[in-house]
Amino acid sequence: MAHSNSRRHFMATSVQSVGLAALGGMLWSGYTDSVKASPLVLRPPGALKEEDFLTACIKCGLCAEACVNRETNIDKETGKARPGTLQMAKGGDALLIGTPFFVPTEVPCYMCEDIPCVPVCPSGALDMSSLLNEKEELDINKASMGLAVVHKESCIAFWGIQCDACYRACPVLDVAITLEYQKNDRTGKHAYLLPVVHDNACTGCGLCEQACVTEKPAIFVLPNDIAKGKAGDHYVKGWDMQDQERVKNAQGKETTTDRSKKTADEYLNMEVEY
Amino acid sequence: MKHIKYLLLRRTTQISLMCLYFAANAYGWHILEGTFGTSYLFGTVPLADPYTTVQVLATGFVLGTDVLLGAAIITVFYFVIGGRAFCAWVCPINMVTDLSNWIRRKLNLDKEEVNYRFIKRSARYWIMVVGLLVSAFVGVAAFEVVSPITIMQRGIVFGFGMGAAVILTIFLFDLFGVKNGWCGHLCPLGAAYSIIGSKSLVRVKHDHVACTDCMDCKVVCPENQVLHMINKESISVTDGECTNCGRCVDVCNDDALEFGIRQFVKN
Repeated sequence: MAHSNSRRHFMATSVQSVGLAALGGMLWSGYTDSVKASPLVLRPPGALKEEDFLTACIKCGLCAEACVNRETNIDKETGKARPGTLQMAKGGDALLIGTPFFVPTEVPCYMCEDIPCVPVCPSGALDMSSLLNEKEELDINKASMGLAVVHKESCIAFWGIQCDACYRACPVLDVAITLEYQKNDRTGKHAYLLPVVHDNACTGCGLCEQACVTEKPAIFVLPNDIAKGKAGDHYVKGWDMQDQERVKNAQGKETTTDRSKKTADEYLNMEVEY
Repeated sequence: MKHIKYLLLRRTTQISLMCLYFAANAYGWHILEGTFGTSYLFGTVPLADPYTTVQVLATGFVLGTDVLLGAAIITVFYFVIGGRAFCAWVCPINMVTDLSNWIRRKLNLDKEEVNYRFIKRSARYWIMVVGLLVSAFVGVAAFEVVSPITIMQRGIVFGFGMGAAVILTIFLFDLFGVKNGWCGHLCPLGAAYSIIGSKSLVRVKHDHVACTDCMDCKVVCPENQVLHMINKESISVTDGECTNCGRCVDVCNDDALEFGIRQFVKN
């Protein structure tokens, strides 16, 4: 009897342990999955795609330490370091805790030539190879932390007031942001100087956002995933040889619907139901 | 002083290490940079937490060689000196839970009737395994999302924010909830280090002839199940869950406990 009792006890506690582990595991998975979902965040230069970055980052903070203690950040008068660009997400930041990020209006990325934050990354979450130019040198202009977007209704340059604060602040001057001249029809004799951001050159450093003079910046950096659209493979620039290359191996796909089974004069005369 | 020798040594070690980590960020010192996830000693020797490393590997991400090397160095180090020496000598949460425990004893909360023992000490091993499964399933190192250890360490280095609430939670849980609740029952990092150090060289030795059965050691020990030999057998404390904190050595009035080297050959 003792034997069967102990076996029953063992079975019961085993089942209980496994059950509790499953319960805990599910709660834990749910929580972990939900804290992953914070796409509105700017990461350091060279960061992998957000999903991969969250997997790879070991949350050591070496990038943030390299950022704040870089030589160019030491205040010459006091000899002390100013606040660094990179912050480590804390509880309450609504980001995956312990991961590095930056907020341009607080401290933008100054695009250091030697990129101190990236080579120190031990895990590979900040990918140095993505920042190498043709000469295999670190080149901060290769960074793509995000994309600056202009809200033209609050940008005073679009009102006709002359302001080129973002244009002047841009480290990739006259390339990432250019000024487009347009005639101001309201006055008939003035020009608009409109800031236009160019995706292929903008690194997402946020110096424009910090420089913007409006109460809430009219130019701001958004993560690439949020700021950028995608035309898809079925739109091809027929005049661009390189773009043709892009869809060289595109596969055709024919979809059949109830409507497409009919002939043209049949379906064109059908009433449309919404 | 004799009665707090190892306690003082531990506090000195813990606080000095945290100061070095803090100074790496605040003043750019290159003595001990980073956090437990990965650190660099003197700017060159990588150190990495083995459990954190395994969690990231469980997601399928191939970590940089420095992290893997760092994890190997830490594993070998604690394999020799006792895995949970990390818990007692390095981890900042230890100071929080030790404070809980001290107040608990002062408030007489330490008695069995006011101690809710609804968690088993083995829970931590389950949590350790579940942590790896969740990491693999969700694709993010799961314990790092909630770990009070790194939250506290990053708090010291980079500022706490709301992370302080997590530390307070642990403090209250250990004080009013389960005795040694976090470190002794739940922490998967401690579980991992228990396994790493289960065959370690440095161990506390008991001399049962000298022992007067006062049980001071069992009162003060955060893992007192490892002291099963007290006044029974003259053997070493070989259980991996012993944190090598040395509090038992400190409080023993009979010189019946002392650090020594594990005997591999039985007499």
